[in-house]
Amino acid sequence: MKPDIRRTWPLHLMLLPALAGLIVFNYVPLGGIVMAFMDYKPWLGFDGSPWIGFGHFRALFEREDSLQVIWNTLVISVFKIIFNLLVPFGFAILLNEVRIRLLTRTIQTMVYLPHFLSWVILGGILVNFLSTDGGFVNRVLGAIGIGPIPFLMHGDWFRFTVIVSDVWKEFGYGTIVFLAALANIDPSLYEAAEVDGAGRWKQTLHITIPSLLPMAIVVGTLSLGNILNAGFDQIFNLYNGMVMNKGDIIDTFVYRTAILEGNFGFATAVGLFKSVVSMVLIVCAYRLAYKYANYRVF
Amino acid sequence: MYHKTLSWRVFNVFNIAFLSVLAVICVIPLVHVLAVSLSAKSAADANLVGLWPVDFSLEAYKATINNKYFLGSLWISVMRTALGTALILLVTVLAAYPLSKEPREFRGRSVYAWLFVFTLIFNGGLVPFYILILKLGLMNKFAVLIIPAMVNVWLIVLMMNFFRGVPRALEEAAFIDGASHWDVLFRIYLPLSLPALATLGLFAGVWHWNSWFDGLLYLSRKEDYPLATYLQTVIVSRDMSSMNFTIEEMQLLSQKTINAAQIFIGALPVLIVYPFLQRYFIKGLVLGSVKE
Repeated sequence: MKPDIRRTWPLHLMLLPALAGLIVFNYVPLGGIVMAFMDYKPWLGFDGSPWIGFGHFRALFEREDSLQVIWNTLVISVFKIIFNLLVPFGFAILLNEVRIRLLTRTIQTMVYLPHFLSWVILGGILVNFLSTDGGFVNRVLGAIGIGPIPFLMHGDWFRFTVIVSDVWKEFGYGTIVFLAALANIDPSLYEAAEVDGAGRWKQTLHITIPSLLPMAIVVGTLSLGNILNAGFDQIFNLYNGMVMNKGDIIDTFVYRTAILEGNFGFATAVGLFKSVVSMVLIVCAYRLAYKYANYRVF
Repeated sequence: MYHKTLSWRVFNVFNIAFLSVLAVICVIPLVHVLAVSLSAKSAADANLVGLWPVDFSLEAYKATINNKYFLGSLWISVMRTALGTALILLVTVLAAYPLSKEPREFRGRSVYAWLFVFTLIFNGGLVPFYILILKLGLMNKFAVLIIPAMVNVWLIVLMMNFFRGVPRALEEAAFIDGASHWDVLFRIYLPLSLPALATLGLFAGVWHWNSWFDGLLYLSRKEDYPLATYLQTVIVSRDMSSMNFTIEEMQLLSQKTINAAQIFIGALPVLIVYPFLQRYFIKGLVLGSVKE
């Protein structure tokens, strides 16, 4: 049957609302990127503000604060990417060994929970929970003679806290794809290994882990696109003046530069730098994931 | 065979203990905040509360329920979640159906697909979007919370993958009987997709309930804030200066027990909804990520 326009016009019509939304909210703002090359002043607008070429980008790589912010972003996101891959990988393998259905279910329900709570809620909780002034964690640590630890008040501890609390929030959710991959392993592989006298450790090493590797490669490569995303929501709701030097990241820096200081041009340039680097990484990551694990989105 | 060995049994006990401890760690901060919210003010201020309420008291919840700013923002959050989720689901279903067709059935599909995918890999950043909202006149309007969020490409991809699993024979039979694409979508695809709709509804609903940054950025009157933005400004940033609170209100708001009660109420809808939908979102997520 040939697709003629009379039969397919409803399909175009169905796409109209989504397309209109995309054009207005995703494609039109791309025009605003020109601000990165302007000394943009809201009262002068796009027509009146002077062009300054690559000045903002030069500043981005010369200003000490923006270089520090890029470094902070990389440190935090690289550790997050590594642990958000390894912890769910290990947790899924261990959980797969539990044979009591009810217990598996209960553990799953509990570890998925933090993923669904926002960083506003968790930030509100953690600021008190981790405080040096009688916070729950420092009280427990104090009881065994440690601390108090300035989790959110000292630069290095802040980075540590940000990484650990992100893994705490997301690892449970991250196990879902690995548990699905585990459920897809052919049971006859284990039976054959059993007949050959392989114990559970040998089976894990030679069947379970190799079977999970394609999924781990997909998750790992796709997360590379997030290397400049150190987690705006989390940092914004946890940081304070004391840890700004080691805790400030690109997104929080852009927010403060633009909205609080009104330096729109420079903030746009920093955001554009981030978008372009991320785009290159995402495209490469998807090509790799497609090539090595046959993964496709569309 | 290995299930009978001693080393396996020892491992099993340690494994279960280890995983249980991790699971408990995932919920401990929430248990703590619930315990604080149900404790007496004096006990909470003296940092005596652990995982169980000390001198049980409902005062914090009474104060929260009488706080007109809290109630107002709660109502705005309910409205935005209901309307926003409905809008996202409508737009998603309508867009996912044509995109689930093969290019030979729907010429132009790949052009549309690229328009959608491009938005996933590149965006203009915060500032151009902020200027756009300003120029569209959406500042300080309720609509700014739901209209810009109505297209979610990830959800469209999820729905599209689900639609692709619907047996082709069903629609072919319907087309021979003279059905239109509208009939096929609303009479065949949708009734078969209720689990997927539940999953998408959960994702969209939780997203709307949890969203706070748009409120902070585009709304300036505290009466217009959704609950998440209210909690962000009052509890996390402790920025009460811009909100014209009276001295008594500020004293009330800075109490640990009341903060805990507000946080817990803010988390409650998510806590209630998600265990029921657990099997659906696992299915939905796996559907979107593992193919072939």
